Amino acid sequence: MHEWALAEAVISTASQLAEKEGISEITEVKIKVGELQQVELDIFEYALSQLKTEKFKNTKFIIETVQAELKCRVCGHQWLFRKDELKEEVQEAIHFIPEIAHTYIKCPKCRSPDFKIAAGRGVWLESIKGRKGE
Amino acid sequence: MIDPRKAVINERLKEISSIIAVSSGKGGVGKSLIASTLALTLAKKGYRVGLFDLDFTSPSTHLILGVENATPIEEKGIIPPRVHGLKYMSIIYYSGEYAAPLRGEDISNALIELLAITRWGKLDCLVIDMPPGISDATLDLLRLIKRIKFLIVTTPSRLAYETVRKLLNLLKDLNVPVLGIIENMKMQDSDFIRKRVAETGTAYLGEVPFDERLEESIGDINKLLETKFGRKIAKIIERNSQLLVSK
Repeated sequence: MHEWALAEAVISTASQLAEKEGISEITEVKIKVGELQQVELDIFEYALSQLKTEKFKNTKFIIETVQAELKCRVCGHQWLFRKDELKEEVQEAIHFIPEIAHTYIKCPKCRSPDFKIAAGRGVWLESIKGRKGE
Repeated sequence: MIDPRKAVINERLKEISSIIAVSSGKGGVGKSLIASTLALTLAKKGYRVGLFDLDFTSPSTHLILGVENATPIEEKGIIPPRVHGLKYMSIIYYSGEYAAPLRGEDISNALIELLAITRWGKLDCLVIDMPPGISDATLDLLRLIKRIKFLIVTTPSRLAYETVRKLLNLLKDLNVPVLGIIENMKMQDSDFIRKRVAETGTAYLGEVPFDERLEESIGDINKLLETKFGRKIAKIIERNSQLLVSK
């Protein structure tokens, strides 16, 4: 599953951040998941639980879903991404590479594919909390 | 907020011995054909080879290889399918026959995504077909893949070489290894490019004659490898195989 690769990226980044900040036990990891990528949250959470190392044994993973907002660069129109309006194979293509949205989605007002993914693209690590020292 | 994807890119590439970006300052000089032929020839010699088409807005290696019905496998990331013995990755698996109109920021994001989720496994060589110029994809590879090496393609045209000269200077300033330069589409005797390349201290790997039959081989790799072009590239690889790849 593709969610595993993203979970691995989060664990790896959180570990590096903890090391940099002298945190030996991570108690909380806040993650933002953009709707555009359509991450299956139960698979993502399961992958996090399976990939976590000793540092994460008491970690609470807080996952916030962020609505995907698209903004047209031509006419300025702003709208929300709705996966239900797309065919299944298109949803899947955007799941793997969110930028593929530019291939299949157009501004509902002026039909331009030149839009900005203003919010809710993919997975972000927002913050970590933990205990310092041994 | 931190983008977590960058942390796993080098992990994804760690089992690849040699990563070669086939690049040029200009478009239309034959990068995709050289990248594809390089990858196919190395695979034919028994090396484990991957080919990654990074020209997201104008991909063409799938046409050169005649890729049909190949799809990556989803398994803790994505595993590129095998095409003519190569592990082959391209945005066309997702964009299909439609245009991918991407701005620089989107190109960077798509590139980081694919580098973070693609599981290449063990390879002797990963050949990357670059988009033309010194723009987002080039800058991102320089930023994200520390051990990347460049193979640069020019034509005999002074216009093409002028852009190559600038690319060479940039790479030299950044201490990025350049394996050498291939002069493609040679139509008449001239040592202009050879001499200019010698002045830069870069290796001139060889010249490839303009091949009027090359277009007929698009989509048929056996024909491609048998063209004048294909045989000449094979000779250049033969002479420089130590430089290009290690088993």
